[in-house]
Amino acid sequence: MKKILHIIQWCMLGGSTLLVCVFLILILYHFFSLGFPVINANFLFRFPIDGMTKGGIFPAILGTVLVTLVSTLFAIPFGIACAIYLNEYARNTLLTKIIRASIRNLAGIPSIIYGLFGLALFVQALQFGTSMLSAGLTLGLLSLPYIITTTEEALKRVPDSTREGSLAIGATQFETIKDFVVPQALPGIITGVVLTISRVAGETAPILFTGVAFYINGIPGSLRQEFMALPYHLYMLSTQHQSIEEVRPLAYGTATVLILIVFLLNLFAFYIRYRQTKNG
Amino acid sequence: MDNTHIKLRTEGLHLRFGQKQVLKNITIDIEERKIIALIGPSGCGKTTLLRTFNRMHDLVDDVDITGKIWLEQTDIYSNQLPVTEIRRQIGMVFQKPNPFPKSIYENIAYGLKLKNTPKHEIHDIVEKSLRDSFLWDEVKDELKKPAHRLSGGQQQRLCIARTIAVKPSVILMDEPCSALDPISTSKVEDLILKLKDNYTIVMVTHNMQQAQRIADQVAFMYMGELIEMATNQEIFQEAKQELTRNYVSGHFG
Repeated sequence: MKKILHIIQWCMLGGSTLLVCVFLILILYHFFSLGFPVINANFLFRFPIDGMTKGGIFPAILGTVLVTLVSTLFAIPFGIACAIYLNEYARNTLLTKIIRASIRNLAGIPSIIYGLFGLALFVQALQFGTSMLSAGLTLGLLSLPYIITTTEEALKRVPDSTREGSLAIGATQFETIKDFVVPQALPGIITGVVLTISRVAGETAPILFTGVAFYINGIPGSLRQEFMALPYHLYMLSTQHQSIEEVRPLAYGTATVLILIVFLLNLFAFYIRYRQTKNG
Repeated sequence: MDNTHIKLRTEGLHLRFGQKQVLKNITIDIEERKIIALIGPSGCGKTTLLRTFNRMHDLVDDVDITGKIWLEQTDIYSNQLPVTEIRRQIGMVFQKPNPFPKSIYENIAYGLKLKNTPKHEIHDIVEKSLRDSFLWDEVKDELKKPAHRLSGGQQQRLCIARTIAVKPSVILMDEPCSALDPISTSKVEDLILKLKDNYTIVMVTHNMQQAQRIADQVAFMYMGELIEMATNQEIFQEAKQELTRNYVSGHFG
């Protein structure tokens, strides 16, 4: 009887795991099998031509990379500084509890709300217009709570004995953090940042009102210009194009490129984590 | 030098973590160039007391310290001196060896760089500190090696070397041998006995034999109070308090 129960338990747990894996594999297979035939050098490095029905997606790839870069440049310093403050300096008071709760809730806000907020703040109030800058800052806001949370976790894993050793020979708290705590937490911080980037790269809603464009004639050259981005390009090709059937292969190609970029970023994050655990 | 010169003293020291009273009215005089062992059962507050001397509780939430601690004429908690300067004068060695994740050389040079020691002096001080901690002969050819490759006992001696490099006058030791094997322990004990010539050493220990072997003075603490402090011999042979006698004879703790 016990043995049967054991087998049932095992089947339920194993089956659930398998089901998840099957879905992942189905998704990847579906997109890769239809997307890979489209992908070649022309597709990756050329502009769209003939009303998007031919040519490549180069400006969308570049736009996604650049807008992600802008968002990270904005979010990393603020996010890490905030995490250092919360974990190293702030006492456990009502105020810090409120700050922590806010950050957690911030992570739960739907991304379309960020988009509307970005529209109100960056595009209109700060007069950045619909641009790479506005979109990047909006994505940066979206990624802040993730960067703060993962950085705080990484800092928590640095043992107190490290801090004590440094303080005990007369280092200030700042020197201790700069010379030992942050370097030791760095792999964890980088992992968090990379995973956040991979999330941000696939976001559509926050850039929808703040800077993304259907088609831009030319490479995004300035922060004040609109830009093309992969997720939005995909959305357009799949639902808004006048000849959807004709551009369907291009849509699959775009999806595959987007998945690959995110996949590579995640792989990079896992590699860092692996190296960290290996070095103990 | 006068033999009974008082280096470190507390007056009516109380310490609370939140609602929990951990140290009660501790008044203790610690003589210069002596080894003082703090003994007592777990949770009696001996480590907490040790950490008040170099203000290691500063970063802890909810800690409330009243009373005075004097290092010679300096009130440690008065901000007469910055806390970093106090920690340079009162060094600390921890229970588990905690060398920095740097090379052996850098482990010692780091503290020197912090206090802006001129570059050309650093190498000599590193060498001298390593010699004074009986580590030089073992590591002189591999100063660039990461410190965590050393054995536990060597790491602990490196931590002592790093502490004496910044020239403290008092060294606090929190069960410095509890993570070490007997051979490493005896090396570290020899080192501590040698350090007595130049430093005042306050050491927390769980190990009664160790206290007996190396301490000049022994302070017995129980439930946050200092029950008795006397010479090594008095505590272990003819303690005045019954509690002390029971503890050192192994009845509890």
